[in-house]
Amino acid sequence: MTARPNIDMSLKQWTAVCALDDIMPDSGVCALVGGRQVAVFRVSGDQVYALANHDPFSKANVMSRGIVGDLKGERVVASPVYKQHFSLATGQCLEDSTVKLETFAVRVNNNIIEVEA
Amino acid sequence: MSTQKIVVIGNGMVGQRFLEQLTGRMGSDQVEITVFCEEPRAAYDRVQLTSFFAGKSAIDLSVVPDRFFEEKAITLRLNDPVIAIDREKKTVSSARYRDVPYDKLVLATGSYPFVPPIPGHNRRGCYVYRSIEDLEVIRAAAKKSRIGTVIGGGLLGLEAAKALKDLGLDTHVVEFAPRLMAVQLDEAGGKLLQRKIEALGVTVHTSKSTKEIVDGEKHPHRMVFADGGALETDLIVYSAGIRPHDALARAAKITVGERGGIGIDEYCRTSDPDIYAIGECALWNGRIFGLVAPGYQMAEIAARHVAGDESLRFDGADMSTKLKLMGVDVASLGDAMGKTPGALDYLYTNPVQGIYKKLVVSGDGKQLLGAILVGDAAEYNGLLQMALNAIPLPEHPEDMILPVREGGAAKGLGVDMLPANALICSCNSVSKGAICDAVTAGCTTVGALKTATKAGSTCGGCSPMVKQILDAELRKQGVEVKNHLCEHFPWSRQELFHLVRVGGLKTFGDLLAKHGSGHGCDICKPAVASILASCWNEYVLKPKHAPLQDTNDRFLANMQKDGTYSIVPRVPGGEITPEKLIVLGAVAKKYRLYTKITGGQRIDLFGARVEQLPLIWRELVDAGFESGHAYGKALRTVKSCVGSTWCRYGVQDSVGMAIQLENRYRGLRSPHKLKMGVSGCTRECAEAQGKDVGIIATEKGWNLYVCGNGGIKPRHADLLATGIDDATLVKYIDRFLMFYIRTGDRLQRTSTWLDNLEGGIDYVKQVVCEDSLGIGAELEADMQKLVDTYECEWKNAINDPESLKRFRHFVNSDAPDPNIVFVAERGQIRPAREDEKETEKEEATA
Repeated sequence: MTARPNIDMSLKQWTAVCALDDIMPDSGVCALVGGRQVAVFRVSGDQVYALANHDPFSKANVMSRGIVGDLKGERVVASPVYKQHFSLATGQCLEDSTVKLETFAVRVNNNIIEVEA
Repeated sequence: MSTQKIVVIGNGMVGQRFLEQLTGRMGSDQVEITVFCEEPRAAYDRVQLTSFFAGKSAIDLSVVPDRFFEEKAITLRLNDPVIAIDREKKTVSSARYRDVPYDKLVLATGSYPFVPPIPGHNRRGCYVYRSIEDLEVIRAAAKKSRIGTVIGGGLLGLEAAKALKDLGLDTHVVEFAPRLMAVQLDEAGGKLLQRKIEALGVTVHTSKSTKEIVDGEKHPHRMVFADGGALETDLIVYSAGIRPHDALARAAKITVGERGGIGIDEYCRTSDPDIYAIGECALWNGRIFGLVAPGYQMAEIAARHVAGDESLRFDGADMSTKLKLMGVDVASLGDAMGKTPGALDYLYTNPVQGIYKKLVVSGDGKQLLGAILVGDAAEYNGLLQMALNAIPLPEHPEDMILPVREGGAAKGLGVDMLPANALICSCNSVSKGAICDAVTAGCTTVGALKTATKAGSTCGGCSPMVKQILDAELRKQGVEVKNHLCEHFPWSRQELFHLVRVGGLKTFGDLLAKHGSGHGCDICKPAVASILASCWNEYVLKPKHAPLQDTNDRFLANMQKDGTYSIVPRVPGGEITPEKLIVLGAVAKKYRLYTKITGGQRIDLFGARVEQLPLIWRELVDAGFESGHAYGKALRTVKSCVGSTWCRYGVQDSVGMAIQLENRYRGLRSPHKLKMGVSGCTRECAEAQGKDVGIIATEKGWNLYVCGNGGIKPRHADLLATGIDDATLVKYIDRFLMFYIRTGDRLQRTSTWLDNLEGGIDYVKQVVCEDSLGIGAELEADMQKLVDTYECEWKNAINDPESLKRFRHFVNSDAPDPNIVFVAERGQIRPAREDEKETEKEEATA
C-alpha cells in the first residue's frame, strides 16, 4: 500500500492560478490547487470569490460553469445541473440550509489571482 | 348491493356526456353500462363537423377521452342500432344482440335531418348533412361536381354551405324564409349577413320555395321554384331543420309529442319512469332543444337522477347562440325579435364595416331582454350575462353597442357585477362561483382553470370572460397580477422583448441599467440572452453574451448528470448521406462516445469531456456538419416522413420541405425549444400534429398546424391554414414564430402559450392569416433578418482562439477532470455510479 500524503490544514499556501483577465466578468473558471478543484469567480467590479467546484447535489465537478448573479442582494452562483443557488461569499446553499460549499481565501496580486488551499 | 344495469342508446355528444357524468358518480361496481351506437365510431364533435372538410380528421373531432370505455368498463357496441324496446321484459334488442336487460334505459338518439317531401327529393346526388359518413359521401360527390346547393339557410344550412365552399364548389343557398337565420335574426340582421356571405362568393336565394326537382339541362338537377324561377346544380344538400329520432320510443308506446319528440319531465324521465330521454330527441314542455348546451344539462340531470340525486331539475334552457359563419360573427340572445309586449329597440348599423347591433330592452328601459349582433359579436358574453341575470341596464344602454373611441370609457359589464350562479361556460355548465372556487383553490392561469373546471374547453367562446374573472379574483386575494421575469426586472418577457427592440439595446448590461436592478440571475440572464439573439442574432459566445448563457449555451453542448456533454449535429429533415453517417461513427469511436438515435431523427453522441468538444467539432465541421442547437431554446429539428419521392402514398415532397424549413429556421432562438414536423400525406407518419409547427401534405397543398406538444402534457396541434402553397406556408410560419417569440413567456412552449392566449387559435388565425394587427410584413422582415444573419456557432467557436480558451476543465492545467469515470454497458460507455467510482479508487490505491 502506498503512503498517502499527510495534509496539514495549517500548512495552506497561496497558489497563483491565472490572470484576472483570464476570467470574463460575471463568470467562473475551475483551478487545480494543491490537488483540489476550486471554482474561482469574477464578478463585475473585479471582485473574486473561490468555492469548491464539486456540486453536492449532482456530485459533478461543475460549479465553475454556473451562472453568476445576485438574489436579494446576495452574490450567488447557480448550479448548472439542478439550479440550486450558493452564496459566493459563504458557500451557503439558499435552498437547503444543511448544505454548504467549502470556501477558499482568494486575492488579486498584480493582476494575478491567488487561491489559498 | 347488486349492480344496476344501464343501457344507453346513442353515443353522440349528449350520450357521451351522460356516460361521463354517470361514471363520475357511480363506480363500475355499482353500474354495468352498455352503449349502442348506430354510427361506426364513438362520440365526436358534431358542432365542429365542417372543420372535417377544413382538414380535421375524425380523430381530431372525437370527444371521448383516451381509453374512456376501457377504464370505465363500459361495453360499447358500435355500428349496432337498437331495433326494439320491450318495456315489460325490460330489455332492448339490437341488430346483433337480442334481449339485453336494463334496469334503467337512456334514449340519447338525437335527431335526423328533415328532408322536405317535394317531388324528386330522393334523387341520386341529394344528401343530408349530419354525420361524418354523410360528409364522406358529400366529399366524394363533390369531386365530380362544380355547383353545390344547400336547401335551408338556417344555422346548419350555412355550416353546410361553408363545407361545400371548402370543397371548392360554386355554392348556392336556397331559403324558404325571406332572410337567412330567420329564427335568430331580424330583417336587417339577416340582410347584412346575406350581404357578407355573398361577398365571400356564396349565392343566396331567399323567399324560394322548391316545388320539385327534375333533370336539368346542363347539370344533373334542376330545382324548380314556386315563383317560376329555377336553379341547376350538380348536388343538393338538405339542411332544412331537424326532427327528433323518436321511432323507437313511439314503437314502445312511450308518450311522444304531436309533432315528434319524446316527452320528458324535470328529471328527463319519459312516461316510463325507468326510461330517460336526453338531447335533441327529448321534448320538454312542448319544446325541442337543438343545441348542445341544453343537451349537456339534460345529460347531467339524468345521470344525477340515476345515481339518486334529485337536486337538479330541468326547467328550460337558454337558446342564445354565438357563432362564426364563414368568418362572420353572428350572435342572437334572449328575445331577439322583441316579441315581449312594449319592448323597445336600440340600433347601431355601420354599413361600411358591415356591422349591425340591436338591443331589445323592456318598455320601462330598465332590463335587457335580448340582442342581435352581426359582424362584431364581442359584447355577446357581457350582454348575455346581463339578460340572464336581470342586471339593471346602465344609464346609457346604447354605449354597450356603440364603438369605443380612443379615450372613451371602457364599455361592457364588469365581471364583479355577476352573481355567483351566473353561467359562464354554457357548454360545460360552469358558473362564475365554480371558477372563483377554483381560483381560491390555487388556479392562477386560464390553462389551469380550463383543466380544473372545464370552462372554456369546448367552444372557447367564454375564455375572455374566464380570464376577466380570474384577474378580478386574484386582485381580490391581494395577489398582484404580474408576470415579472424575476426580482431584477419588473417586466414580463414580452415587455422586455419590446424594450430591447424599441430601445435598440444590444447587451444585458444596457438593459439592466435602463430597466432593471441588481446584477441579474440564472432566470433573467438566459432569458435576456435569448431575447437579444431573437432581436439581433449576434453570436452567443461573444464575450459580452457568454456569461449570460446557461452552461449548455455557453459550451454549445448539453451537460449531462456527470458534467460531461452530449453533441447533436444538425441532420436537416433527418436525411443523411452514408458518408456523413460514417463520419459520425468514426468520431464516436475515436472519442469513445456513447451513441443513440434521438426522437428528432438525429444522432446524439454522449460522454464528451469539455476539453474534447472543440476537437470533436473540428472533425464534424470539416465533414460538413453544423451545430444542431440541441443545447439552446431554439429550433431543434424538423422531423419528416419519406414523402412522395419514395412512398406509395405520399402526395408531396415532405423531406424536401422539412430540409427547406430546417435550414430556414436553424439557430432561431425562442422562449422555449421549438420542434416541427412535415408529413407527406394524411397518414401523418412524421407525427406533425404533436409539434409546435406541423405540416401535412394534401393534394391541394399544405395544411399547417400549430401549438402541438408531446412531453408532459400532450396536445394535438390546432389547424391554422389549409391547402396553402410553399410561399404562403413559409410566410405563415414566419409570422407565427415571430409572433410567439415576441409575446411568449419565458420557458413557455407554444402549447401553453396558446392555452393562455386570449382569443385562442382564432386570434392567432386573425394575426397570422388575416394580418389583423397589420404587423405581418414586420414579422416577416424580422424573420428574414434572422435567416440572413445565421452563422454556425460551432464553426465560429473552433476558429476563435478567445472562445476556445473556455473549453478546458482547469484554467491552470491541461488535465481532465478525474471525477469523470465510465463503465461499459451493452458494448458502450455509461457514467459510473458513485459506488462504482469508489471501487475504482480503491483498486487504484491498492
